[in-house]
Amino acid sequence: MTTGFSRLAAAAARAPVVLVASRRGNVELWANLVILTWAGVFLLWQGPGFALTVGTVFAIWAILAVSLNLVVGFTGLLSIAHIGFFGIGAYAMAILTSGTSYEELRTDAIPTFGWPFFAALPVSAVAAGLVAIAVGVVLNRFRDDIFVLVTFGFAIISYSVFLNWAELTRGAFGIHDIARPAVGDLVLDSDAEFLAFAVLCLALVSLVSWLVVSSSFGRVLLAIREDEQAAEVFGYRVARYKLVVWVISAMMAGLAGGLFSSWARFVDPYSFALLESILLVSIVIIGGLATIWGSLLGVMTFVLLEEGMRFVPFLPNESIGQARQAVLGVLLVLLMLFRPQGLVGRYRL
Amino acid sequence: MSAAARPGSAVETIAISKSFGGVTAVRDLSLSIPRGGVTSIVGPNGSGKSTLINLLSGTLSLDGGIVVIGGRGLTVVKAHDNPSRSITRTFQEIRLFDQMSALDNILVVLTERRVARALVERGRGARGERAREILERVGLWEKRRALAMDLSYGQRKLLEIGRALAMDVDTYLLDEPFAGLFPAMVEQVKAILARMRDEGRTVVFVSHNMDIVRELTDHLIVLDSGELLAHGDADDVLGRPEVIGAYLGF
Repeated sequence: MTTGFSRLAAAAARAPVVLVASRRGNVELWANLVILTWAGVFLLWQGPGFALTVGTVFAIWAILAVSLNLVVGFTGLLSIAHIGFFGIGAYAMAILTSGTSYEELRTDAIPTFGWPFFAALPVSAVAAGLVAIAVGVVLNRFRDDIFVLVTFGFAIISYSVFLNWAELTRGAFGIHDIARPAVGDLVLDSDAEFLAFAVLCLALVSLVSWLVVSSSFGRVLLAIREDEQAAEVFGYRVARYKLVVWVISAMMAGLAGGLFSSWARFVDPYSFALLESILLVSIVIIGGLATIWGSLLGVMTFVLLEEGMRFVPFLPNESIGQARQAVLGVLLVLLMLFRPQGLVGRYRL
Repeated sequence: MSAAARPGSAVETIAISKSFGGVTAVRDLSLSIPRGGVTSIVGPNGSGKSTLINLLSGTLSLDGGIVVIGGRGLTVVKAHDNPSRSITRTFQEIRLFDQMSALDNILVVLTERRVARALVERGRGARGERAREILERVGLWEKRRALAMDLSYGQRKLLEIGRALAMDVDTYLLDEPFAGLFPAMVEQVKAILARMRDEGRTVVFVSHNMDIVRELTDHLIVLDSGELLAHGDADDVLGRPEVIGAYLGF
């Protein structure tokens, strides 16, 4: 008798993309074991309050990483622009949900709409998607190194807009008191409730990503990554495929941005600086290209490093940020030298 | 002309040209490739053979002239329109989807071209059977799970031919399909080409191996410095003094 599990296993075997490498080597096994154990022990040691905070940060960054992997890992487009879409989603949520009651807190008035969270969240994703269409049309004219440079340019431009368009974003002052998720009287105000909602969003984004990459569309993305011109010769309008995956990915980043600003209840431009984007690309590469699980593992490593650095003896508090970046940089160099496909990936850049 | 050859032209060019910087690769080239049968393109290095294939398949853009495929004259040949013009190609330097399995290399050209449909298309269905048929035809079914990059040079060449076969089109442009193959694989590729001819396909291949050209060719095109030096029946063309002088060097 065919069980549900065996059907699922057979479907997974037929999928064009193996989400977790089929030839699971020792390194992958150890990477999984070490990181998951590290996470478990660390969370138990620090207690539930810490776990809720870290878990939410993980879920939001994981949405970003999974969505960026669609572009970088599955399609081979090394984009530094992702943080821009994250920022657009965050600012859309902040501006749309802020109400006139917060006006007195501000030194400069900005438009206020007072939308509920659940009305603003899809708009956060759509706003990022609309900008992605415009940027994607331009980006489709470029390949390889020039493509990377143009995405770099977009990240810088978006940061400058967040910082300087003060009439909309309040510039460096940022926007405070952003709405938490609420349905009628039910407000997801506690950390546990927000974590549950963020994890639900992560599950949804991961499911959509899986549906995309395990479809025929996903197989074509892999072909584009391998040889864009050859894919074109075989009848694929590569520019359309790239634009569609670019927009899907940007919308997911916009969703993550909406969640982020609601969780933090504050946004300012510094959360969307270029360095954050480079960090995000590093996380995707460290976890593994073209694997959803790899993105989750990459973010887990990053969050554990970030939080773990606080407990390194003799490390002054003011140096924790720099030390974290240095460790991540060293990890990236080591991986490129000894395991260019990342912790659990099967593809190389 | 073989029995498989059918009247009319599969592909025609009218005064096409292509330059790279100051170097002219193809100059006012007008030629006709008969429908059905095997046409070979020969010529010294730099004579414009691969450039011609690139222009016909839309891999390079035309500087001037017209390409006529399926009765339609084109001044701009777009690569993504190749399936609708029933034409496909292989490359001089093998260009497989290297980090994909041999099976996925075939499946990818069998799948839906329209983006919206591709997004919802799942599983292999009949395409799985077709992919198996193709891989068996080029002798690579046993290697279906191997990444293309892990195959030997000859197997990669065969996989690239298999990928073109999977397109199931009227005209195949094969750029040096025999280059670098050891004798047994040469025989295998010759058999594949002969079968394609028997099926009524138009096979155009570039080669430097005159023995293979003599054995397989119905129609021969000789290029020199981007211009048409001679064309016609293979035995006839290979006996012409200008061809012997310019290319064969006897």
